[in-house]
Formats: sequence, structure tokens, C-alpha cells
Amino acid sequence: MNSISKAFSLAKKEGRPALLTYTVAGDNSKKNSLKILKSISKYADICELGFPHNTPIADGGQIQTSSYRAIKNGTKIQDVFKIVKDFKSSKFSKPVILMGYFNIILQYGQNKFLNDCKKNKIDGLIIVDLPWPENKKFASKCRKKAICFVQLISPTTSKRRLNSIVKDSHNMIYYISMLSTTGGKLKVSPKKIIYNYKKIKRINPRKNCVIGFGITEKTISSLKSADGLVVGSVICKEITSSLNKRQNPVTKVSNMVKKLKNKIL
Amino acid sequence: MKLKKKISVIDQHDKFGFWGGKFGGNFVPETLKKPINDLELLFNKLKKDKKFLNERDNYFKNWVGAPTRFIKLSNLTEHVGGAEIWSKVVSDANGGAHKIYNATVHCLLAKKSGKRIICGDTGAGYAGKMLSMAAKKFGLKCKIFMGAKDIKRQQPNVKAIKSNGAEIVPVYSGSQTLVDAVSECMRFWVANCDTTAMCVGSTVGPNIFVKICGWSTSQISRELKIQILDEFGKIPRRLKLYNCVGGGSSSFGFWNEFMDYDKKQVEFIGVEAGGPSKSKKHAAPLTYGSKIGILHGAAQYVNQNLEGQIEETESISAGLDYPGVSPLHCFLKDSKRARYTAASDEDALKAFKIVTKYESIRPSLEPSHAFSVAISESKKLSKDTIVIVNSCGDAQKDRKILKKKLGIKL
Repeated sequence: MNSISKAFSLAKKEGRPALLTYTVAGDNSKKNSLKILKSISKYADICELGFPHNTPIADGGQIQTSSYRAIKNGTKIQDVFKIVKDFKSSKFSKPVILMGYFNIILQYGQNKFLNDCKKNKIDGLIIVDLPWPENKKFASKCRKKAICFVQLISPTTSKRRLNSIVKDSHNMIYYISMLSTTGGKLKVSPKKIIYNYKKIKRINPRKNCVIGFGITEKTISSLKSADGLVVGSVICKEITSSLNKRQNPVTKVSNMVKKLKNKIL
Repeated sequence: MKLKKKISVIDQHDKFGFWGGKFGGNFVPETLKKPINDLELLFNKLKKDKKFLNERDNYFKNWVGAPTRFIKLSNLTEHVGGAEIWSKVVSDANGGAHKIYNATVHCLLAKKSGKRIICGDTGAGYAGKMLSMAAKKFGLKCKIFMGAKDIKRQQPNVKAIKSNGAEIVPVYSGSQTLVDAVSECMRFWVANCDTTAMCVGSTVGPNIFVKICGWSTSQISRELKIQILDEFGKIPRRLKLYNCVGGGSSSFGFWNEFMDYDKKQVEFIGVEAGGPSKSKKHAAPLTYGSKIGILHGAAQYVNQNLEGQIEETESISAGLDYPGVSPLHCFLKDSKRARYTAASDEDALKAFKIVTKYESIRPSLEPSHAFSVAISESKKLSKDTIVIVNSCGDAQKDRKILKKKLGIKL
């Protein structure tokens, strides 16, 4: 069993959903983003790490701000790999999923990118703008390297697509809770979200399915029955607000993730 | 890479939406797959529907004002002393630019799909102005995304958008120009695609938006072909069509009906924005050999750094100030059907001065780029060569810049 599946089954044993965090590599500095990863890994089960892009078409304001901050302080894809490498050699390391836009990979070279992912022990990839079926080739390249390519499913995904996407998915699927960019206010009832989530699970119960978008301290406990829950924008927002208040983003984020974890225990 | 004959260029893509196997496509978030697919089905059905075509033609004729004039620029021709210079005065169209065609078609499609709101991006403000006009005409609510920098430099169009009852959303991210406006508009659509239709303002974006826009602006060359035949009795032996290229909607529309002619007979010359002559920044990815990358859902030649971050552009012309370019133009470049070059800010201003000195037309800064190259090349061309420049926008919106740079009061 690979590390992502292990993380899910561990959470299941404890009778709770896996907690997935999203932070942007290099936000607010290269050093701090590593420190943040290290400190939140005590509570998080899987760490998603964004590689920043300056023309994102699906990110809300909070993640955009984090991405621009990371790009501004010179974060390049090599830095992203370095951060993961250092994180992976630390004591409490967790599975890492890189998340970003396809152009960065295209310019780096698809094979070189995957080789470097493998070398730096990256466990999975989420490519926001490479939907199914366009992602078939790239996803199979990932599979050959034992890197989990995470398929995304949204409320607008048709039933036919749903079946095909689940069939082609690896061991983790990401369900986007609502029509929104990241960080929007949850505008759909948790009940409805879980209803849609179950539709995915029914197609193949063995695939780990996580829910993301609009999840905050307030909403997280209402979605506890999922395999995993992703929290991103509120973390990015916390970094921004701690910088504005001249507080330490590392401790602030760490405290927040601890609280989030407590809500789903 | 080769163009096929007798098949419309907009339809020459593969099943994944790529022209020439590598330009275009649909690099979009999963959420947009469904609304894009819905739009594809609707458009593919309606573009074969005679009733819909009649409706479109009716609006083009009676509301947009087709055909726009095709005139000889006799004084300019005499001044330049080479080829015969003509202009297709597309700025005659209702609203003052070619953007009206795409806006009208998108509003018609939105109506047919039952959407009540339409959102769109704008750079120079023309796409926004026309969309707000068409939305008002068709009773749709309208939201226009515009970079904060462009809002400052294109005030006349901003006022027009507001007076049509549309909401302007200023975009403060990145360079605060067109590229950021398009991103923000797409993000808005991701969050509201169940109730809202999106109009991409040029032949850019996911495959279907490239197609709808190219199909709409092709009205320009449909009119032009008839006008040329009326005037010369045949397609001249040496014909050169000059057009500015930002996203590439007016140029594609200006050329589309002439695709199948040999390029020795009908040559297409696309003029990109070279930016200020002293600056390294430009908006000319085709001219300066930018690499293929993904921008706004499509693969295209785009200004970017080695890491794949999109680079900031610089141009006096807000309408051309875009780091990428239509996949259709990438296809036309690599298949060698069209030739691309650039004119600087200074070149465009100089051309504006010359054209307005000799003629009664008033091209905006965008077509002034095309005039610049057309004038300098015409000098060396034989007298039996027919040069046509698409004057696709009116300079009214640029009056502040023209006053500052040239001291000209419009």
C-alpha cells in the first residue's frame, strides 16, 4: 500500500476523516513554508503543497495572494522540490501532494518533472487545469512512477463523466464541494455535499475521496463522514493576517490546523 | 503543419480541440467542463440552423450596421507612392469596433441557453462596451472585468459601459491589464457558471470561445469579399491584408474568407504590438518567437519566463496588450499562411498622424500598428498591388493618450 492510502486507512482506524492541508511553497518565505509544513504535520495526514503560478484560473483571492507572495520572493520549481525534500527527511513527515497548473510542468518538461517528483519522494499530483480525458496520458505516466494522479470531480460533472473519471482514477479522488473558486463561502448545504460525495463512493467504495473548497473551522465538522477533508484558503488567509499583524505565521498556522484537527476527532 | 482547404479554419482542430495538433485545447478546471460542453453543443447546432443564421444576419445588418465601408485612401496612396492603399472601415460598426460581432453572437447564444447574466473581459474597453450594448439590447444583466490600469487609460469606454447599465469589476491583481481581467472573468465563471454565460472578448480562451469569436468576426471578410468583387470584378492578383493582432479576433475575421487563396495572391500580414521602442517588454509573442505555453485554457505562443510564469507586457494600445495570442494565429503562423511582424508604440503614433493628416478616417491605436507596417511596406510595392488595412477601431477612446503624446485634440 502506498503512503497516501496508508494515511487514509490510519485515519479510518481512528474513526475520523483524514485531514489534508494546502499551503503554497515559498509562502511567506521558503524557510517559513518548510517550517509550516513541519509544524502542521503533527496534525495533518496529508500535506498538499502548491507550486505557484501567476495566472491561475481557479484560485480565489486568498490562494492568489499566497502564490503572488511566493513568486515575489523568488520561489522556483527547484525550491519547491527542495522544500519537499527537506520536509521528507524530517521526523514527522507526511505524504506530500503537489498542486498547481500545467504550464509550469510543461515548461519544466513532463518527464523531468516526474523524475524529480520521484527523486524527492512526492506522493501525488493535482493539476487544476488538466481535466479528464486530456489528463489520461500524463496520469498514466504518473502511475508508472507510482505517483498518485488525483482526479477532480465537481458538482457539474455529468454522470457519464463521473463513471469514467472514477474508473481512471488512482487511489485518491478530489470532490469540489460547490461551484466556486477556492476559498469561497460554502454556499451548498453539507447534506447536499455529502449526498454528492456518496454518489462517487458508490461507484467505487475503495477509492479514497476527499472534499475540498469552502472548508473552514465552522464547516469542517459537518462533513466528517468523508474519507478526507482539504483545508486551504483559510490557512493561506491565516498567513496573510498574521503577517499584517506582525505575528509568527508558523505558530498561527500550526494552532489553526490543530484546532481543525480537534473538530474532526 | 498544413491548412486544409474548403474546411473552415475554426473547424480544423482535433477531438481534443487542438489546431495543428498543439495549439488551443481545453486546459480548464473540471467545473467548467460541463458549461463548455453545453456551449459547444448549442453552438454546433445553431451554426447550422438557418433560422439562427437569419437572426444573426438581421442583427448584423440592422443593428450593427453591415456592411461597413470599404474605401480607397487616395491621398495616402499618393503620399506613400507605391501600392494602392484601401481600408475596411470596421470602426463604422455600431459602437465603433469589431468587438460588436462577437458580443452580439454571445448574447444571442446566452438568450438561447436561458442564461440571464453575461460576464466578459475587456482590455481597451471595446469588448466590454460592445458586450454591455448587446446585453442591454437582449435584456441580459452584464458584468465586465477590466484591469485597473486599463480603467484609467480608457475612460471613454468605461463611461460607455456604465451608461449601458453594466457593472464594471476592477481587477487589481498582477499587471492590472487584460491578462488579469480574463483570469478574473474566468474565475467568476467557475463560481457562477450555472446562472451566467461568459463571453471571452477575443479569439482566445478554451477552444469553443476561440471558435465562436472567429466565426462571429468573419462577418468582416464576408463583407469585404463582396466589396472587392464589386470594386475590382475579381480578387486582385496581388492583394495584401494588414491587420493588428492582439488576441487576434479582428485579423482572423478579416482574413477568414480568403484562407484558400494562395498566399502569393492574397497575403495576410499580422502586426503585433512591439511596445515602447526603448523597452524590452512587448506584446508580440509571434514576432519575437515566444515559446508555447498555456494561458487562459489554451496552448499558444505566449510571453513567459523559463519557469512558465506569464510575463508582463507593455504597449500603448490596451487592446493589443496581451502576452498570448489566439491559437488560430499560432496555427496560421506555423502553417506559414500568415506573416507576423511588430510595430512599436512610436511607429503606431507616427502612423496615426500620417493617416489622419491625409484621410478622414481615425484609426485607434490598435489599427494604427497595422497602418504603420502597411505604409512602410507599400512604398516598396508595385502600383498594381492592392493593400487593405482593417481600421477595426475608432480613436475616440484614445483621445487622452493622443493628446498627451501628440498634442492632438479629437
